Amino acid sequence: MTLEITTARPESALLDLPWSTPLEEWPESYLAALPRGISRHVVRFVKLGPRVLAVKEIKDDIADREYAMLRNLRRLDVPSVEPFGVVHGRTAPDGEPLDACLITRHLQFSLPYRALYSQNLRPDTAVRLMDALAVLLVRLHLEGFWWGDVSLSNTLFRRDAGAFAAYLVDAETGELHARLSDGQREHDLDIARVNIAGELMDLAAGGFLEEHADPFEVSASVIERYHTLWNALTGTERFELGDRWRVDERIRRLNELGFDVDELSMTTDIGGTEIVITPKVVDAGHHSRRLLRLTGLDVGENQARRLLNDLDAYTAATDRQGDDEEIVAHDWLAKIYEPVTRAVPRELTGRLEPAEIFHEVLEHRWYMSERAGHDTPIEEALRDYVATVLPTKPEEKSVVGVDTEEMPVIGRFD
Amino acid sequence: MVFGPAMGHDVDACSLGQAHLYNGSSGTFLPVKEGNEAMATVTFDNATRQYPGNPIPSVDKLNIEIADGEFLVLVGPSGCGKSTSLRMLAGLEEVNGGRILIGDRDVTNLSPKDRDVAMVFQNYALYPHMTVADNMGFALKIAGVDKAEIRKRVEEAAKILDLTPYLDRKPKALSGGQRQRVAMGRAIVRSPQVFLMDEPLSNLDAKLRVQTRTQIASLQRRLGVTTVYVTHDQVEAMTMGDRVAVLKDGILQQCDSPRRMYDHPANVFVAGFIGSPAMNLMEVPVTDGGVDLHGHTVPVAREDLANVGKNVTLGVRPEDLELSSDQSGIPVTVDVVEELGADAYIYGSTEQKLLEATGENAGAVPFIARVDGRRPPEKGDKIYLKPKSGHVHVFNAESGLRVGD
Repeated sequence: MTLEITTARPESALLDLPWSTPLEEWPESYLAALPRGISRHVVRFVKLGPRVLAVKEIKDDIADREYAMLRNLRRLDVPSVEPFGVVHGRTAPDGEPLDACLITRHLQFSLPYRALYSQNLRPDTAVRLMDALAVLLVRLHLEGFWWGDVSLSNTLFRRDAGAFAAYLVDAETGELHARLSDGQREHDLDIARVNIAGELMDLAAGGFLEEHADPFEVSASVIERYHTLWNALTGTERFELGDRWRVDERIRRLNELGFDVDELSMTTDIGGTEIVITPKVVDAGHHSRRLLRLTGLDVGENQARRLLNDLDAYTAATDRQGDDEEIVAHDWLAKIYEPVTRAVPRELTGRLEPAEIFHEVLEHRWYMSERAGHDTPIEEALRDYVATVLPTKPEEKSVVGVDTEEMPVIGRFD
Repeated sequence: MVFGPAMGHDVDACSLGQAHLYNGSSGTFLPVKEGNEAMATVTFDNATRQYPGNPIPSVDKLNIEIADGEFLVLVGPSGCGKSTSLRMLAGLEEVNGGRILIGDRDVTNLSPKDRDVAMVFQNYALYPHMTVADNMGFALKIAGVDKAEIRKRVEEAAKILDLTPYLDRKPKALSGGQRQRVAMGRAIVRSPQVFLMDEPLSNLDAKLRVQTRTQIASLQRRLGVTTVYVTHDQVEAMTMGDRVAVLKDGILQQCDSPRRMYDHPANVFVAGFIGSPAMNLMEVPVTDGGVDLHGHTVPVAREDLANVGKNVTLGVRPEDLELSSDQSGIPVTVDVVEELGADAYIYGSTEQKLLEATGENAGAVPFIARVDGRRPPEKGDKIYLKPKSGHVHVFNAESGLRVGD
């Protein structure tokens, strides 16, 4: 059988990887030590030039399916890992055929939940993780994606202005439909409830969970948060004909939640005295899209919100509310944002993403100002932050050294 | 042949399948029916599911009666409605028409929690820091079952799964097979009235799939819990189910024991779908007293052919053919010979002449036959094949329905 590599980005270095060796036995020299979640399959992180790739050994048809699914999800702009390629036709030197490998790009600055919990999470941080997962699930469901294996292990988290953004990592069981029925959504939630509680109970058994954190309550909170968000996004609202301002109000509320309304259905009842509105198509990423348009910065939703707030403050402080927004944004980028992010010494750039550092500097300035009782210039806050705070942060660009376990259920029979 | 000795009990078409294997009467098995002596039959009564915006139902007036303790497999190609049917039974999919009963209880409008069914997911993670017992019982904790009861159920499940000595160990200490059994234990401890399984083997490799298949089937028979199992793989369906229900485009094609399904496919679709290698199907003209297969008359009862028109679809399984010595029968050019020791499979194509006789579109049609492995023809040979007497299937060329028995 001949080795067959399917990838959107042909890279000859891929051919140098030891494909004729079972993934489990790949020599250390190829591997990057990154934390792995609990996995049913053998997964390894591999260094390939400047990149880190995740390689998963699975059956051929499942590899193809997942590769195509991940590509579709990227196309739909759903936060998920980026598929890199599939390798078929692997044979061991003795002629024994080996399973296919699915290759995805490692998501920079992302953290598996087990790595986050091993840092001794503050309780409110744990809540934010669950919030992020609920938001991800809502976004997937809005796109008609049924996950089939919702779990913390199948999710990666990235810091997003103090909160987290969740990314889908494993689409093996997923199905893409035109839209999901309530039953399909409930099915996913049922899976989520059991998996999340199980994962947290496991952390508790390993001594990584705060004593007072109750796995059941936490997993129930994800479901609750999901329902709240889902209803806010898709719920039907009815009001008197005279209260038309409430249409704008609804749209503003959705924007605040980080969603844009692409289509809104508006009908009047038979008597013509009431208006009924239902958002038909809502799209996540309201703030990050706006920031991208204004500045070209591609960052997380909450980071974008934070940066936009700072941009607004800059506009007000420089008295330029009447100016073209794009021009002010350009100046803010050149005079405020870039000087801050560029001031980070090279050896510390792997600690946090630039946008997250900017967010932290703003936070830091707020604390310094409060302590001092007067406004602190951003330059001063930045100096202090780089000297005192940033060096204490763990390196998160590609997290190393966290011990995790692989637990394939699928093993050889005894 | 697609099914081996693992194949279960033959039951008559349309009747309920075999029930009551082991039912815990000795007290050593699971408390599957504890406090709950009702018969766990399952009835789909004209059950229909139509997604909003879809012009046709995904499941259209499904009628199946599943006996207490029966293992029923729903099988069909992707998009046939099998998973939707299962979700309807689980309460995860709204039923737009008809009813679903578990025992005498109409559960059509009950929430999933109130149905006493357990969905066995295809993906189970084992948690490394938790003991085997906790790995098996944690979902019961979520359901609010008290500690003593959980322990009891876990111990009983462990006994069945040969996991008793490992209950207080961590999964890491277990072999692959034992880990898999822990995952099964997680479903068993819920002791539902009905197990629902949606492609639980789909991400195992071929070897493991065969082993796990047998394990699940034998476990189900020991537990005697009514089980509905969904798969796209007809071999899996035929080897595991007491009965098999074939669906296509949301419509039930046939529901029968594997044997009956194999010997008496109700229509052309089932004939082609069930069996591996697949049945040979060809359109042939009706003649006096039978059908004409390339000058060779295959006898078919006159009354069966009364209203079928000029042509019928004739089906012959690869193992129901024999080489003819006098150059009569179906001419086949051999492309590939697959030697399996006692038998050999011939993969070839029939000549266009056969189809020209029916006036249908001409072209090489693939043809598969099983022959004696000691004297197989060679690649490139032209051979003539005749169906063994009594082993042909006749279908109405228009409707595709089976003609006669």
